[in-house]
Amino acid sequence: MKILVALKRVVDYNVRIQVKPDGSGVAVEGAKMSINPFDEIALEEALRLKEADKAEEVIVVSIGPEAAQQQLRTGLAMGADRAILVQSDEAVSPLHAARILHTLVQAEQPGLVLLGKQAIDDDSNQTGQMLAALWGRPQATFASKVALEGETATVTREVDAGLETIAVDLPAVITSDLRLNEPRFVKLPDIMKAKRKPLDIRPLEELGVTPPPACQIVRWRAPEPRQAGHKVETVDELLTALKERGVL
Amino acid sequence: MRCLIIAEHDGQNLNTATARAVAAASQLGVEAIDVAVLAHGGQALAEQAAILEGVSQVLLLDREENAHPLAAVLAPQIAALAEGYSHLFMPSTTFGKDVLPRVAALMGLPQISDLMTVKGPHHFERPVYAGNAIIELQCPPEQPVLATVRTASFKPVGTGDAAPIETRALEIDLPGHTRFVALEADAGDRPDLQSAERVVSGGRGLGSEENFRLVEQLADKLHAAVGASRAAVDAGYAPNDLQVGQTGKIIAPELYIALGISGAIQHLTGIKDAGTIVAINKDPDAPIFEVADLGLVGDLFEIVPQLLEKLD
Amino acid sequence: MSEREQMQFQTLIVGAGPAGLACAIRLKQLDPEQEICVIEKAAVPGGHTLSGAVIEPGPLDALLPHWREQYPGICVPAQRDEFRLLNARGSRKLPLPPGMKNHGNFIVSLGNLVAWMAEQAEALGVELFPGFPGSEVLFDESGQRVTGVRIGDMGLNADGSPGPNYTEGMDLLAETTIFAEGCRGHLGKQLIRHFRLDADSQPQTYGIGMKELWQLPEQRLEAGHILHTIGWPLPGDTYGGSFVYALDDNRLAIGFVVGLDYADPCLEPFELFQQFKHHPEIRPLLEGGEILSTGARALVEGGWQSLPRMDMPGALLIGDDAGTLNVPKIKGTHMAMQSGMLAAEHLHEQQQTTGYHQRFLASAAGKELHRVRNIRPGFHKGLWPGMANAALETLLGGRTPWTLHNHADHEQLHPLAGQPCNTQHPARSLPPRDRLASVYFAATEHEESQPVHLKVADTELCINQCREQYANPCTRFCPAGVYEMVEDEQGLRLQINAANCVHCKTCDIKDPYQNIHWTAPEGGSGPNYQNL
Repeated sequence: MKILVALKRVVDYNVRIQVKPDGSGVAVEGAKMSINPFDEIALEEALRLKEADKAEEVIVVSIGPEAAQQQLRTGLAMGADRAILVQSDEAVSPLHAARILHTLVQAEQPGLVLLGKQAIDDDSNQTGQMLAALWGRPQATFASKVALEGETATVTREVDAGLETIAVDLPAVITSDLRLNEPRFVKLPDIMKAKRKPLDIRPLEELGVTPPPACQIVRWRAPEPRQAGHKVETVDELLTALKERGVL
Repeated sequence: MRCLIIAEHDGQNLNTATARAVAAASQLGVEAIDVAVLAHGGQALAEQAAILEGVSQVLLLDREENAHPLAAVLAPQIAALAEGYSHLFMPSTTFGKDVLPRVAALMGLPQISDLMTVKGPHHFERPVYAGNAIIELQCPPEQPVLATVRTASFKPVGTGDAAPIETRALEIDLPGHTRFVALEADAGDRPDLQSAERVVSGGRGLGSEENFRLVEQLADKLHAAVGASRAAVDAGYAPNDLQVGQTGKIIAPELYIALGISGAIQHLTGIKDAGTIVAINKDPDAPIFEVADLGLVGDLFEIVPQLLEKLD
Repeated sequence: MSEREQMQFQTLIVGAGPAGLACAIRLKQLDPEQEICVIEKAAVPGGHTLSGAVIEPGPLDALLPHWREQYPGICVPAQRDEFRLLNARGSRKLPLPPGMKNHGNFIVSLGNLVAWMAEQAEALGVELFPGFPGSEVLFDESGQRVTGVRIGDMGLNADGSPGPNYTEGMDLLAETTIFAEGCRGHLGKQLIRHFRLDADSQPQTYGIGMKELWQLPEQRLEAGHILHTIGWPLPGDTYGGSFVYALDDNRLAIGFVVGLDYADPCLEPFELFQQFKHHPEIRPLLEGGEILSTGARALVEGGWQSLPRMDMPGALLIGDDAGTLNVPKIKGTHMAMQSGMLAAEHLHEQQQTTGYHQRFLASAAGKELHRVRNIRPGFHKGLWPGMANAALETLLGGRTPWTLHNHADHEQLHPLAGQPCNTQHPARSLPPRDRLASVYFAATEHEESQPVHLKVADTELCINQCREQYANPCTRFCPAGVYEMVEDEQGLRLQINAANCVHCKTCDIKDPYQNIHWTAPEGGSGPNYQNL
C-alpha cells in the first residue's frame, strides 16, 4: 500500500504574525517557514505505519512555491520515499488544493491519504474532507489514534463530545490532530540522503485542474486588542458582576 | 435569499452552537432561516429547533443512518437539502468542521471557516493565523455561501413561538464505508483544559504546591478546568500540562479566573479569546488588570476562601 | 556508552554567520570538490543573527560580486550620518569620527544577509545543517588536536534522561574544524582555555547590544539616515551608546550598546535602552509606531590586544568567535567576512592551520584592527578621557607607541556600597513594558521539557555571597529576564527561566563569579529573529 501525505509550507508557529500596515496581508518577509505542524504529525504517522509493515511507500506532496522543496526535503529526511511538488506561486484555496490532490490520488492510487486537520496559516480545516468527498471515499478527521487492520482503519477522533471511534474502509483520508503522535527529530545523515531522493516538480498549469470559484480577501487587519474592564472592591460585587454577565 | 442551518445535537438535545449559528444567520438579512435536523428518532430535536428565535421552518430528516454524525453519510443529504438556499451554515465545532467541507466539495463551492462577523449577506470576516489576523471576505453574490460559524462570536438566540416542522425523505443512497464504533465522553472529574467552558488558573502568587490546591478547590466548585502560568509551572506548583499561554495551551473558555497571575504577554496570548477574564492579584499594577473584564485587587488567600464559601 | 554515529568531512564549520559562510563560500570557490559541512544552532540561517547593522560592502563585493543585483533582503544605502551627545533634556551635535562616516555603506538586516549567503553557499554545494548545535569539541587521543565536534542530543527530558523521541547527537569529524560561533561562542571559549590561546593576549572585553525593529507612521523617516548617540542615560563612567537607523518602508532599527566593563552592580542595560527611547528627541520618532521584532546579543570589544591566537592544531577560530570587531567603527561584519575568506585562502594554500593567526594580523583587516586598538580601552576611565584619547589616536592613525590594556569584564563590578539597588525606574510609556514583553517580540522558544541549558555551577553562591556583595546582578544584566531570585515557601532560590533566553551570552560574560555557563540547548531552540 502507498500512503500519500500532504505537507503545506507555512510560516513557523513561533513567528509573531504581523498584519502589514496597508492591510494587504501579513508581513512574512524574512520569516521562518516550516512544515505545517499537523502535516508533520500526519507524516510521522505514515512513517510509523510503514515501519510497522502496513505500507510500502510514503509519498509526500506539497502545493506551493519553488521554496516548498525545503519542506519536502525535510519530509524526505524524516523518511518519506519520494516527493511531488505541484508548483504554484499563488496560494490555492482548500477546494482547489483538494482538486489538485485528487488528480494526484487518481494517478498514484494510494491506500491512505494522511494530512493535517488544518494548516496553521489559513486555519481552514477543509482540504482533507474535500478530497475525501471528491474521491468518494471515507474521511476520519481529528485523528488521535489510527489502527490499520486489513482493509479497514479504526480511527479515534478528538471531537467536542469526547473521543469518537469510527471504522473506515480503505482507501480513505485521515486528518491528524495534535495528540496523534510526536514527530521524530531529523538526523543529519538522513538530510544528506534526502537530497538524493526523487523530488518531482510539476507546474500547476500542467495538471489541468480548474480553479474553483472563491471568495476574495478584501482586507487584512489585526484583531482588536482586549480592553481593560473594571475593578470591583469585594467578593460580593465580583459574584454579582459575574451573574450579570451570565457566566455564573 | 434563504439560509439553511444544520443543527448539531447528541441525539437527545440540540447543542447551543446551533442557536449561535441562527444568531449569525439573523444578521444576514435573509427572508427565511430554516434549520435541518438530521437524526434518528429526531422529533423532539426538531421541536427544540422549532422554538429558536428567528427560525422559519424546521426540516427533519429522520433516518436510521443518521443516528451518528458521520460526515460521509450526512454530506450527500445536506448537499441535496441545500438546493435553492443562498446560505448554508453549520457551527464551527468539530461536527461542523467535519461535515461542511465535504458538503462544499460535493457542491463544488468554496467554504468559509470560522465566520466571525457578518458585514453583509456576502461580506464577512474570519480569523486566520490562530486569531492573530482577521481577513475580510467578499463572496460572489451569484453563488451560495457555505460557512461554519465561530461560536464564540455570536450569542445564542432565545426561544419563541414554534416554527412548523416538515419531515423530508430524500431518495439518496448513502455509503456504508464509514461506520460508527463508539463514543467515549470525557473521563475524569474535571473538564479538559483545552475545551472547558470555565478555567481557573494559578500563578506564582500561590507560593507553593500546597497552596495551589486553592485553585483546584475553586475549579471544582465551578466545574472548571485547572490551568497555571509558566511561573507556577517552573516553580513546581503545577504540572507542565496545565500551562496556559504562548508555550502552553491556547484556550478560549467563557470564564477565565486568574489567581495570582501577573499576566505577562506570553500568558495573555493564551487567553486572548476568553469570554470573561477575572483577575485576582495583590499588585494593582499587574498587567493582567489591563485585559481583565473584572479585577479584584487583594490577597487571594483571603478572597478565594470567601468565594468558596459564597459559591456554596 | 555506545559508540556514537560519525560522519567525516574535509572541513567542518561551526556557525552559519558572516564569518563561517564567507569561509565556506570561499573554500568552495577555491576548490569546488571539497566537502564542507556547516552546522548552525538556529533553526534557519540568520534566525539567531542580530546586528545594527551598517556594513562596509568591500568583502561582500569581493566574495559575491553579484550581491548588489541579487540580494533581496533589507538593504538601504547610507545617506546621512549624525553623531550626537545626549543629556537628559537635549543633545549636541558632535564632529563625525572618520570611522563613522558611512558614505558607500549599507544598512542591512544581518539576519537577512546571512540567510541569503546561506543560499549562495548551498548553491555552491556546501552541506548546511541549521538546527544542529555543536555541544562539545572532539580532540584526538593526545588532546592536542581538534578532530571535530559533537552535535547536541535531541529529545532529552529535563533531568537529562532520554525521552521518547531521544536522538543521540552524532560526531562530526573533519581534517579542519573552523569555529565561527560569533561573540563568546561556547565551543570557542572551551578551545581558548584548552589550548591557552589567550596566553599572550589581554582579557577579552564585551558589550551587550539590544535592538528593536519598529514600524512607524508614514513620512517620519528619511531612509538611510544614520544616527549614533553617546551620553545620557549612561553614567559617565560607562561606555556605550545608541544606534538609530532609518530603513525603507517606514521601518526603523533602534538599539543600544552598553560596555560590559561597567562597575555598578545595580546597572540595568535593558532599562537604559528603554530610557534612551524616551529621550525628548527620540520618543517623538517612536510614538504611534509598533514593534516588529526585538533581540539582544553580546558583542566583542577587546580588539587587537585581546585577540587570542586564532590557529591551533586541527582548528581555527574566526570572526567574533576570536573577536575581530572594529569597535570605533561599530562594525564587525566586514571584519568577520574577511577573517573567514582569509581562513579559506590560508587552508587552500597551506593545507594546514599553522600560520593563520600571523596571516590575519598582517592582512588589511588585522592592520585595521591595530590602528584603532587604543580607542575603546581609552574609555575605561570614562567618557571625556575616552573622547580625548580617541581624538589623539585618530589624529595619529594608531601610531602611538603604546597599547592600552583591557580588563576582564566580570572583574569590574564594585561591591554594593551598603545600599540596596534602586528598583524604581522613571515612568515610560513606549513598549515593551518590561523584559518579558520584549522577549515576546524575539519569538524565542525552547522545548520546555529539555534540561536547563544555562548551567549555574553553585546556586548557594547566588543566595549568599552574590546576593550580599552584588545583589544578584544576573537578574539585571540579562536582557531577557532569564534570572530571577524568587522567595516563596521553599525559601529563597535562583529561578532560571531558560525558555526566555535569546542566546546573547551576557550572563556567561558578566557574572562576577563566572558561575554561569551558557551551553547550547536543543537544536533549533532560541530566538526566531525576523529582519534583525
